[in-house]
Amino acid sequence: MKKAFPILAVLTALFLAYAFYQAMFVAPTDALQGDVYRIIYYHVPSAWTAFLLFFLNFMASVQYLASPKPSTARAVKWTVIAVGVIGAIVPFVPQVQQWLLTIGMYPSSAATTALMFPACYFLVGKLFRGPSVDVLAVTTAEVGVVFCTIVLITGPIWARPVWGIWWAPGDIRLTSTLVLWLIYVSYLVLRRFSDSAQTQKLAAVLAVFGALDVPLVYFSIWFFRTQHPQPVIGGGGSMDPRMLHVLLINWMAFLCFAFLVCWSRFQLEKMRREVEEAEAMESLMEPGGSSAQISKAKVPLGRGSQ
Amino acid sequence: MKSFWSITMATLAKDIRLEWRSKDALNAMLFFSLLVVVIFVFSFDPLAEESRHIVGGLVWVAFLFAAVVALNQTWARELRNQVLDAYRVSPAPATALFVAKVLGNFIFVSLLEALMTPLFVIFYNLRVLGPAWQLLPVALLGTWALVVNGTFFAAMSLRTRSRELMLPLLLFPISIPAVLGMVAATTSILTGDNPAHFYIVLLLTYDVVFTTACVGLFDTVLQAE
Repeated sequence: MKKAFPILAVLTALFLAYAFYQAMFVAPTDALQGDVYRIIYYHVPSAWTAFLLFFLNFMASVQYLASPKPSTARAVKWTVIAVGVIGAIVPFVPQVQQWLLTIGMYPSSAATTALMFPACYFLVGKLFRGPSVDVLAVTTAEVGVVFCTIVLITGPIWARPVWGIWWAPGDIRLTSTLVLWLIYVSYLVLRRFSDSAQTQKLAAVLAVFGALDVPLVYFSIWFFRTQHPQPVIGGGGSMDPRMLHVLLINWMAFLCFAFLVCWSRFQLEKMRREVEEAEAMESLMEPGGSSAQISKAKVPLGRGSQ
Repeated sequence: MKSFWSITMATLAKDIRLEWRSKDALNAMLFFSLLVVVIFVFSFDPLAEESRHIVGGLVWVAFLFAAVVALNQTWARELRNQVLDAYRVSPAPATALFVAKVLGNFIFVSLLEALMTPLFVIFYNLRVLGPAWQLLPVALLGTWALVVNGTFFAAMSLRTRSRELMLPLLLFPISIPAVLGMVAATTSILTGDNPAHFYIVLLLTYDVVFTTACVGLFDTVLQAE
């Protein structure tokens, strides 16, 4: 970490500067909105990054809840595989394809989303073992909330000159993003308010509830008028390829930035827990009575590694 | 070992008996929602036509707040004398306890709604323009949606500092789609403008999804120690 981090930080800063240059000077001006539209290069990449982080948080939480019991872990594993396989096939059934196109979604993007489930689930399970899954969950939730906040701030700033209103109440994307943000803020509040060893489990349960909630929020506003345009990728929206190019560059830069922040936060959280464990060990080691004997027996203090 | 339902019924009977003797939760809930109604009456002074559009929201906000009062009591009662720890070590299935608590809260909150709804009708001079019988499934499904998640999160917030404060913070974000469904369904029945079927199906879906999730995960929350 010590060597790689500064190098990566410099590279990310350069990448972000390049993306900024592309967004401000290279990308063509929008015919209808003028230069105002350039906020898209911050709004949309932040949104994608936030959703990706929340998705990772969900996967880490499921991993965390499933891993202690082998039978549950097996059941969850096959469920995730089934979601991936069924989700990859069903969008190409002609009837479903028709329906997906009417709601403005390409079947291929729906299938890719479904495949993300097993891919992320196994990747998270492979790379993060034991308590570090939970550290990943904290990290992604915190950084995700930051990016989601950026989305919710840049959205109204953009909406005001273009739509004439700050906020469109009842809009499907605005509302579901806001609710997602609220859920994850409550997740962080739960983490802050409960400092015992069960926090991780409770937080993981809440993350699962939040993930179940989001599709319901989405459907609950189905009938409402939608002000927000279709998604740029995987939806019916059309975009100048030059703009899309710049958008993707910006997203890559944002992803690098998010990765960097997540990485340092991950290490910080891990270190904090190690210090906590060491302190607990030390207090047991202190001379005096039976406590010294307990410490020799190596009391397992690993928080949450049940 | 006793069967699932006999344990559920025994716990439920115990809760109802306790409530019948003390009337703690119910009295607090009733007076609280009465206060909310009165404050709403002072804050909004609508015409009969306008009130049809806003009462759906007011009713459910009042019930949501009042339900939180009752939900906070649910598990706090079991903490005295370590009753909850006794539950934890007993061989009784955790879900039986959960279902009993949910049913108990469902009965209390439904009772509250039955008593408070006439007050709303009187204060706001309501006359239903749509099919009034549909209010019943909306009320039942909506109450269940509040109570099932509320009971679950109340058990969860037991494990935190300042638990009374924690429950609404956890419950409200998750309840947003349910509240939206209840309010929209009630409004569309009151005004008779459009059918409420979509929202009833939404509430039903919400109930099925979250009841399954709560029953599946309750053991984890109860045993988290």
